[in-house]
Amino acid sequence: MTEISDDGVFEEVPSPFCGVGTDDLAIKVVGKTVKVIKNGCRVNTPAFEQPMGDIRPRVEGKKVSLKAAIDRAAELLRAAQLPLFGGLATDVNGMRETLALADRTGAVVDNMNFEKALRNFRVVHDTGWINTTLAEVKNRCDLLLVVGCDIEALFPRFFERYLWTEDTMFLDDPGHRTVVYLGKGPSGSASKSPSGKAAKVLACPDSDLPGVLAVLRALVKGNSLDITGVGGISVGELQRLAVQLKKARYGVVTWAAGAMEFPNADLTVETISKMIKELNVTTRCSGLPLGGKNGDQTSYQVAGWQTGFPSRINFSAGFPDYDPYLNSIDSRLADGSGDLLLWISAFDAEATPPTTKLPRIVLGRSGMKFEKEPDVFIPIGTPGIDHSGHAYRTDNVVALRLPKLRESSLPATSDILAAIEQSLRET
Amino acid sequence: MLIKLTGGTVYDPKHGVNGEIRDIFVQDGRVVEKPSDLKINAEYDLSGKVVMAGAIDLHTHIGGGKVNIARTLMPEDHRADPVYRTELTRSGCGHAAPSTLTTGYRYTEMGYTAGFEPALLPVNARQAHMEMGDIPIMDKGGYVMLGNDDFLLRLMAEKKDQKVINDYVAWTMNAAQAIGVKVVNPGGVNAFKFNQRKLDLDENGPHYGVSPREILLCLATAVKELGVTHPLHVHGCNLGVPGNKDTTLDTIRGFEGLPAHLTHVQFHSYGKEGDFKFSSGAAEIAELVNANKNISIDVGQVMFGQTVTASGDNMRQFANNHHANPKKWVCMDIECDEGCGVVPFKYKDQNFVNALQWAIGLETFLLVDDPWRVFLTTDHPNGAPFTTYPHLIRLLMDKSFRQDMLHTINPSAAAMTTLGSIDREYSLYEIAVMTRAGAARILGLQDRGHLGAGAAADITVYTSQEDKQAMFEKPDFVFKDGELVVRDGEIVKVTWGTTHVVRPEFDNGIEKLLKPYFDRYLTMKLGNFKIYNDEITENGRGSLTEHPLQFGGAA
Repeated sequence: MTEISDDGVFEEVPSPFCGVGTDDLAIKVVGKTVKVIKNGCRVNTPAFEQPMGDIRPRVEGKKVSLKAAIDRAAELLRAAQLPLFGGLATDVNGMRETLALADRTGAVVDNMNFEKALRNFRVVHDTGWINTTLAEVKNRCDLLLVVGCDIEALFPRFFERYLWTEDTMFLDDPGHRTVVYLGKGPSGSASKSPSGKAAKVLACPDSDLPGVLAVLRALVKGNSLDITGVGGISVGELQRLAVQLKKARYGVVTWAAGAMEFPNADLTVETISKMIKELNVTTRCSGLPLGGKNGDQTSYQVAGWQTGFPSRINFSAGFPDYDPYLNSIDSRLADGSGDLLLWISAFDAEATPPTTKLPRIVLGRSGMKFEKEPDVFIPIGTPGIDHSGHAYRTDNVVALRLPKLRESSLPATSDILAAIEQSLRET
Repeated sequence: MLIKLTGGTVYDPKHGVNGEIRDIFVQDGRVVEKPSDLKINAEYDLSGKVVMAGAIDLHTHIGGGKVNIARTLMPEDHRADPVYRTELTRSGCGHAAPSTLTTGYRYTEMGYTAGFEPALLPVNARQAHMEMGDIPIMDKGGYVMLGNDDFLLRLMAEKKDQKVINDYVAWTMNAAQAIGVKVVNPGGVNAFKFNQRKLDLDENGPHYGVSPREILLCLATAVKELGVTHPLHVHGCNLGVPGNKDTTLDTIRGFEGLPAHLTHVQFHSYGKEGDFKFSSGAAEIAELVNANKNISIDVGQVMFGQTVTASGDNMRQFANNHHANPKKWVCMDIECDEGCGVVPFKYKDQNFVNALQWAIGLETFLLVDDPWRVFLTTDHPNGAPFTTYPHLIRLLMDKSFRQDMLHTINPSAAAMTTLGSIDREYSLYEIAVMTRAGAARILGLQDRGHLGAGAAADITVYTSQEDKQAMFEKPDFVFKDGELVVRDGEIVKVTWGTTHVVRPEFDNGIEKLLKPYFDRYLTMKLGNFKIYNDEITENGRGSLTEHPLQFGGAA
């Protein structure tokens, strides 16, 4: 539990921002100002320290009471035939109320990062996988294969917290772990072992990863190939990597779906996942999909248990109708098949709604700025700063209990959505 | 608010009431004695109706990470069973791994008022409680999983005193907000992480050199010494392996009189006789269960059709992945804590093994004499979704129906089962024992599962029918804590049930061992790991109900 020391410093603060579940931050709060004073990183420190803006809601740019903003939002929703709920960056309670309101209003819901996450979800829907979690990586992983992802740029503390640890339960020396990059190489030195051993990089353009992974999988299966190289990597190098994977006692293959910006990336995740399954016939090997920043996993998890589906759900026919293509908010905005946008973004004031001619209701982190003022803007609190809550980290197993750090009087997403729903219920 | 339920035929085994016509009075959510001041606010004429306490499912996978993986794995199954929104109820999805809201509605519509998630991974217990927090109407609770976690195995390898282990078990039960302790493939899930594929009862596991038998005894002792009413909940070694009946028999004997509950025992009752080297061990196991009063079981009945299996036993789920239908599956190793495996199954009546599994489950129900020690489960959704319970009840209560079904299954399997020669039919009283009074007793829920004064008014009213499936599918009325929530098999009010827990005491000194372990090896701070009460109660719907511990004697 996050504890506050005598000098007003919160210790052991968990972060909902970074996706990898760091929960050792020390944070000092003076008035409305939040300062990370220990264990910050390029992702967490700016996220915690985003300055608080106005707390007054606005309707058509004019400051109004919270009640007036809620009433106006309810009025717009009542008039809408097919509201679109986008963003969905919030905590568990926020997502619960999002789905309750979507169910009542017949809305389409879609998380702002689902296009990327779908690269993983398609694999779970179609073939499944063998995955592991961060503590298993920390204690068991003797070979880390990084596919198409500059981990330290996206998850700055990953290596420090989970790989180059002082202790592990099952490795003689955690510093002797092997790290191999396939595709992108590392941008910094975080992947270098404490004794200075650099990661091996088998570099190729992202667009060649499908071919490279297909060859690697074939080699793991023991197939012989009539080629000498793929994507600029020699088959010999990939053969060595295949042997390393087979010899590893607990290999881990990691990727970030969000970084796989090439066509049909889901098929590459599938190739990785099938290769891992095949490796497990003789040894242990697991996947570790990285992601989950700013409440992504939270939104998929809650939607999963309340509807059976992770995102892109259309409630307009009275039941949760999942279509991962048709129900993209971006494409619905483009083809004009919705008539209102409700945008929820509680973690990042810069994650603003798309511009559209449709009426827009925005529940945004206080301080959010707009190119075009939305019809209704309600500044909301950030879970883990302004109110308590829960958020998932990347492995979907651990939900963090987020504490309240400051008295800002900013409401929680769930409070606003529940009030809107109540208003709709009453009329 | 005083409600009178007038003239129903009451089955209340806790009080020995077997089909007697009685009036029941309910005041402020509780069953009360007939009040002297007779101002009745509402009266229900239940003449000709059957009245029982609300049913309790003591082993059903309704919340937690693996259930959500199962949901994500099966979009086509949800699409085939969309659940529409109504004025009162939320939309969702049904069939094998229903959405949380649908889970609550469908259980309640069948007259169930409580369900217990048997696989609360300590590190994932927060999720399980959050999911269960979105299951309406029903009460819930969970058994925390231990026995593959590296911390326990380290303690055992270091030959720590049982007192230290008890402290750890109690600490974990409190941290995870649990009502019981479960062990899944003791040591096996851990061994799988070291690439071991099988671990027998007396085989020492890798790294720690601790055997499953030692783990079982250690945890069963802890549960008993801590005063936790529900005995250690045991998913044994070698699930699904032909010949595993011998492991199960050894496991029962190995408890040496300590209380233990063997779960989904059907999956652990296989011989290896016959042309297909697969046969029923139900008779032998039932005989030993009958002779050992310290043992209770639930069956884990297989029913035919599509489902998805979700288990903490990733060692065995990995081994069974080639049975996946459709061909997709997930396994996970989890946080030096436990694991999970999710594999879709389609049990087919014309498949020899599936048909015999079906028969073995029914043999088990019918050959265990004491309905207080055998519980009605399909290990939802692993043997079948919970929505098949009314059909299962008919199979148990109606011999001719059972015979008719037996004639439709794979003939080789039908020839290998003694089912056809078993005449027993469960009575309504016995059904009330196994689904109400017995379940409440073995969980230590003193005010549930019965209709005596002081009981929580969880009450189900059925119309007596020849066709027991039809009868149990659609109760006339269901009351939850005295409120009418179902009428004619449909939800008429949505309420929110409580979460049942126990809080065994421990020496806080255990945190001196745990804190450095968390800091060195795990990825969360100890303080962030514990689930605090307000996490369950803060949204205004959830509540916690603590049950007393029990020392020195049986329930």
